[in-house]
Amino acid sequence: MTGLERFQDAFLKPELIARYWPDILSGVAVTLQIAVAVVITGLALGLVLAVIRSYRSRLANAPIIVFVDMFRALPPLVAILIVYFGLPNLGINISGFAVLWLVLSLVLAAFAEEIFWSGIVSVRKGQWEAARSTGLSHWQTMTSVILPQAIRICVPPLTNRTIAVTKNTALGTVIGVGEIMNEGTSAMSLSGNATPLMMAAVAYILIFVPVVALGSWIERRFAWKRA
Amino acid sequence: MSALLDVRGLRKSFGTTEILRGIDFSVAARELVFIIGPSGSGKSTMLRCCNRLEEPTAGQVIVDGVDLMAPGIDINAMRRQIGMVFQAFNLYPHMTALGNVTLALRKVLGKSRDEAEAIGRAALDRVGLKEKAPSYPSELSGGQQQRVAIARALALEPKIMLFDEPTSALDPELVGAVLGVMRDLKASGMTMVVVSHEMRFARDAADRIVFMAEGQILEQGTPAEIFGNPQLPRTRDFVGELSR
Repeated sequence: MTGLERFQDAFLKPELIARYWPDILSGVAVTLQIAVAVVITGLALGLVLAVIRSYRSRLANAPIIVFVDMFRALPPLVAILIVYFGLPNLGINISGFAVLWLVLSLVLAAFAEEIFWSGIVSVRKGQWEAARSTGLSHWQTMTSVILPQAIRICVPPLTNRTIAVTKNTALGTVIGVGEIMNEGTSAMSLSGNATPLMMAAVAYILIFVPVVALGSWIERRFAWKRA
Repeated sequence: MSALLDVRGLRKSFGTTEILRGIDFSVAARELVFIIGPSGSGKSTMLRCCNRLEEPTAGQVIVDGVDLMAPGIDINAMRRQIGMVFQAFNLYPHMTALGNVTLALRKVLGKSRDEAEAIGRAALDRVGLKEKAPSYPSELSGGQQQRVAIARALALEPKIMLFDEPTSALDPELVGAVLGVMRDLKASGMTMVVVSHEMRFARDAADRIVFMAEGQILEQGTPAEIFGNPQLPRTRDFVGELSR
């Protein structure tokens, strides 16, 4: 056996690919569902928190800042385990899928809030003043003048952070969620071969490369010449 | 004639620093009042208190009989009657000139897009920029941007317009067109308060000059009085410095 054959035998065995691709595919379906749900709720919650923060009410801002700092500091794995094993003790039983969605949404929301907030404060103060001087309310100024400028600045860091957080769907494997990583490692144990892991790797690449492309497309879409 | 803008006992502090130390000042309808004074004298802060972009620490700001400081006042409704033009233009970079002019018409006055655009085009026409309606701010010169900003305020048919150093950020050759628009506004009967260093314009166009220093109004009068025969040494020094 040559080195290449040995590598192929351990990582890319055709019969194992044939046997396990349906499992990996069902993992892809689960990963996609969680990822899409996390992106939607995480970004939406992050945006809502950043907009609330723009009202600069001390009462609202203190809990937002505590939440954001906590979830940025906490490793997602720790949060997932605490929620998954802790909630049943409070009489709340939710599925591993739901725990994964909830925790990753909160993590993404925490990072997204900081990114949206930095985008909002980076818009020049004169933009606020011009809009408010024509009678627009804080909310109207935010939605018509500030956010269109802020979000454009936010797209690159948001894309990076969104990918980083959604990749953590792989942590679902520790709480039995049947996502790609879980399917891949189960198949690896059963077959005693790393081929399913390679299949999982390929699946992740196929999912996330388009997300990166989407990010740069949005970036171009939102581009306008600066004054 | 009753005052359109009446400022009484206006005070403004930032922290422990008192920027405005009791300003009493009024502007009659159709009057063009010029505010001059050394930098740091509180001119811009005073102007910005007139629509509460800057929150006064004490005092009253009465616009057309309504006290802006009254509790429960709808400040947004009042602000659309008070046009403001800024040193840095502050056009919205993501909107065309027409978009800039029509935003408040649609959002604040609730006009339909067609109606707002008709008003917006008329406002751009008044500042001589009808053909620039589809241009983005980045495609306009500084002078054109400032005229769009004037059109943006004008489109709301304000009762009074506040100009905060409208030509200070412009190259000298672009100043003329902006002053020309302001001259037209004056001729059309607009009430205007202008903070500016354009002394020639002040001399020609202003009805009254107000000289401020250290957060107070020291002296006011017609251009002839202030420039020709200032009463206080401070005013004399400032005016002399400018005409050198």
